[in-house]
Amino acid sequence: MTTTAVPVTTRKDWSSDQEVRWCPGCGDYSILAAVQMMMPDLGVRRESTVFLSGIGCAARFPYYMNTYGMHSIHGRAPAIATGLATSRPDLDVWVISGDGDALSIGGNHLIHALRRNVRVNILMFNNQIYGLTKGQYSPTSEVAKVTKSTPFGSLDTPFNPVSLALGAEASFVARTHDMDRAHMQETFRRAHQHNGAAFVEVLQNCNVFNDGAFEKITSRDNRPSMLIPLAHNQPITFGPEGEERGVIQRSDGRLEIVSVADAGTDSLLVHDENRADPSLAFALSRLAQGPYEPTPIGVFRAVERPEYGAQMSEQIVQTQEKRGLGDVAALLRSGSSWTVD
Amino acid sequence: MIPGTTRAATNEMRQSVASGTQQTEQLDQVIVRFAGDSGDGMQLTGDRFTTSSAHFGNDMSTFPDFPAEIRAPAGTLNGVSAFQVHISDHDILTPGDAPNVLVAMNPAALKANLDLMAKGTILLVNSDAFEERNLTKAGYAENPLSDGSLGAYTVYEVPMTSITQEVCKEAGVKPRDAERSKNFFALGLVSWLYTRPIDPTLEWITERFGSKPQVAEANRRAFRAGFDFGETAELFESNYEVRPATFEPGEYVQVTGNSALAWGLITASRLAGLPLFLGSYPITPASDILHELSRRKEFGIRTFQAEDEIAGIGAALGAAFGGSLGVTTTSGPGLDLKSETIGLAINLELPLLIVDVQRGGPSTGLPTKTEQADLLHAMYGRHGEAPLPIIAPQNPSDCFAVAIEATRLAVKYRTPVIMLSDGYLANGAEPWRLPDVDALEPIDPAFASEPNHIDDDGTASFWPYIRDPETLARPWAPPGLPGLEHRIGGLEKADGSGNVDYEGVNHELMVHLRRNKIAGIADDIPLLEVNDETGDAQLLLVSWGSTYAAVAAGVKRVRARGMKVAHAHLRYLNPFPSNLGEVLDRYTQVLVPEINLGQLSRILRADFLVDAQSYNKVQGVPFRVGEIEAAIVALLGGM
Repeated sequence: MTTTAVPVTTRKDWSSDQEVRWCPGCGDYSILAAVQMMMPDLGVRRESTVFLSGIGCAARFPYYMNTYGMHSIHGRAPAIATGLATSRPDLDVWVISGDGDALSIGGNHLIHALRRNVRVNILMFNNQIYGLTKGQYSPTSEVAKVTKSTPFGSLDTPFNPVSLALGAEASFVARTHDMDRAHMQETFRRAHQHNGAAFVEVLQNCNVFNDGAFEKITSRDNRPSMLIPLAHNQPITFGPEGEERGVIQRSDGRLEIVSVADAGTDSLLVHDENRADPSLAFALSRLAQGPYEPTPIGVFRAVERPEYGAQMSEQIVQTQEKRGLGDVAALLRSGSSWTVD
Repeated sequence: MIPGTTRAATNEMRQSVASGTQQTEQLDQVIVRFAGDSGDGMQLTGDRFTTSSAHFGNDMSTFPDFPAEIRAPAGTLNGVSAFQVHISDHDILTPGDAPNVLVAMNPAALKANLDLMAKGTILLVNSDAFEERNLTKAGYAENPLSDGSLGAYTVYEVPMTSITQEVCKEAGVKPRDAERSKNFFALGLVSWLYTRPIDPTLEWITERFGSKPQVAEANRRAFRAGFDFGETAELFESNYEVRPATFEPGEYVQVTGNSALAWGLITASRLAGLPLFLGSYPITPASDILHELSRRKEFGIRTFQAEDEIAGIGAALGAAFGGSLGVTTTSGPGLDLKSETIGLAINLELPLLIVDVQRGGPSTGLPTKTEQADLLHAMYGRHGEAPLPIIAPQNPSDCFAVAIEATRLAVKYRTPVIMLSDGYLANGAEPWRLPDVDALEPIDPAFASEPNHIDDDGTASFWPYIRDPETLARPWAPPGLPGLEHRIGGLEKADGSGNVDYEGVNHELMVHLRRNKIAGIADDIPLLEVNDETGDAQLLLVSWGSTYAAVAAGVKRVRARGMKVAHAHLRYLNPFPSNLGEVLDRYTQVLVPEINLGQLSRILRADFLVDAQSYNKVQGVPFRVGEIEAAIVALLGGM
């Protein structure tokens, strides 16, 4: 490890020489740009940064970052990242995934990486469709979606990615969207700061197979009235004018969107991302039934919890302090040996 | 009385054996089979008898044979657990074909194992257990101890349960708990019968049950009572001695295949200077490797019990990308699940070790029983052209050397390597002369340290697929070094730059390069040795993996009958040693015994156009020496 100061870099330094091959107009471009432009500000080194991915459109992302990277197999990036991040605590490990990769074929790896709290930043681009296989419904597609594989409409109830992550004991859960670079960068920065598994759902438009899936909430015109920005220690409010609507909690625990003028400022729910109990964050994640109702974005939950790789390393250190460094010759005699003269 | 070579009876008694009225006969070998309920502690009993025999200086080989159920209903045939041990005063290879003594703790244990017993052998039964309920559970209409059906055997009826309960009373344990010490009574009795020293076992009991002094005391009393019973009951005409075998001088331990494999991985990690990372999911019969590595954290080992088999190998591959020695351990069902990641590792060209402790398949199959039926899976079980090196240990202690050799190949050639162990090697034990660890060859990870390419604009860059012209291996550049940033992936890539490349001609080049890299390993491994004593045998036996022992022993027996037969053992299954074709050509007949339906013989036929004949058995147990002997004799036309 070098001890010199982190060199000053620009977006160009973090961009590889590979031609980007997403469809023109794809939301992935703006996410890539947001990440490449943010990296110089994180104070990290390119050589200590790794982008890992599985399969899908989003999974091409590592090819475009001038860092170490691996484009692996479908759904397995969180597992591969777990091995890398725990064995190399000096690295910054990012996992780039999609709704099919993370929630369908790789669902098991995602939930276990989250519950273990491995220090990886998982960015899940959710476009509610399978893009690379040309337009089948995904585990986040709305019910009754008509696609090539569901000509009579899909039957499956979709996952809510934020709810799923919270249920999987994630210590950091956030949501952002591809139309707002500043919000993406702030959210990714927070994820990077977090010491543990960070899960970020990025609402992303697939303009070829599911165009406009989030338009009702993310278009510039609709945003003010349809996105509910979560800010730590602040009352939860939103609206075209800034604060005319807000979220309150009823006595039965239910959350409700109300007029601030009617309900009064004091009754508004104050967001606390550090709450140990995830139930309020979970309730916030259920506020919108889909991307057509006012939808919270930002950090839902950010709590400190022991990081998995550090604990693994600590067990080694403690054992070595107690037993000394392992001695192979002694190991082979650890049963009981006898000597033949 | 006991079949086998009985030497002149002698009155000489070993010091550790209390003198009695009986005589002590000398035997050159004996095979004891302990059998009881899964909860009766037969594995522990057999293992302890083995250890005291090993320390006494006998050569030995063991065969634990237990059901997949942890505790099947007590007293039933399904619940019978057995442990067979072969001890001798000379070099032996296998746990033996036919036991000389069966210790049966209940009717089910007798019934399940009686087929293995030749007429005239000894049955040592716990007569207390032969009551109506147990007889019914075992499916006996009549008590075999009284209906005359065991007339061909020498039966010793010993009330093991009641004596154990009696002697344990004073230890302060309840009769119900005391009953659980009856396996130590059996161990004591067998220890007397074969003049084993008793003090080491008494000390071992004290140590093992140290946290439960009452249990330790009960076990010591039961053990001693069993020993004394043999001496005083005047039931036995004599006891037996199996003298120490002649071993090469050195320090020895008793080792199972799984332990040797774990220790080999630790040693390899040291030799390569690479931290060991194990990603694994519990599965029989491989879990003991995970257990052993998990408790050795002083070696800096990271063990990761993953959410599934896929995550186990995924994490190991991630660690390998980061510069660790990545390992995953599994058995057949797990190998199925790991196939896709193995293909990725082949494409990424990263070192990775895959341990497959084979068991009976397909599907869940026979979890606790051995088989060699994963060879074709290891060889071909991936989509696309996806070759990798395969090595198989030939006996339990060889698992140590194979782990080191697999590491050498994986690191040098940047490739996943499959080790094919099996349930028999994994759980079987033998004496192992410890190697001089300081004399083992270091393994050079040869990490990339600087850029290896100049771009068109004159800047230095790193190309991940520029190959070593000798080995065709690509550079291994774990993250951390500036200037060597690179991306790799499962998509086809251009040789050299590693950039994604779908061109047909490039794909063909890469397929050939990956194939040639693995094929070239043939020049980096030892030539196949042939054991052909007279040099003019017409028949060649080819063994691989754990069939080594039975085949080598069978060849010995046939030669003792005056027949000529050659034997070659394949430790490397892919690539084969470069002289294999030439060796096969020298013989008019080739016989390949396998615990599968002929997988190696199929490859030999396909690769070398030889009429390799297959001799098969798939009963979840290793070959008996007698079976190999008979197969050879049948081919050679009898004599």
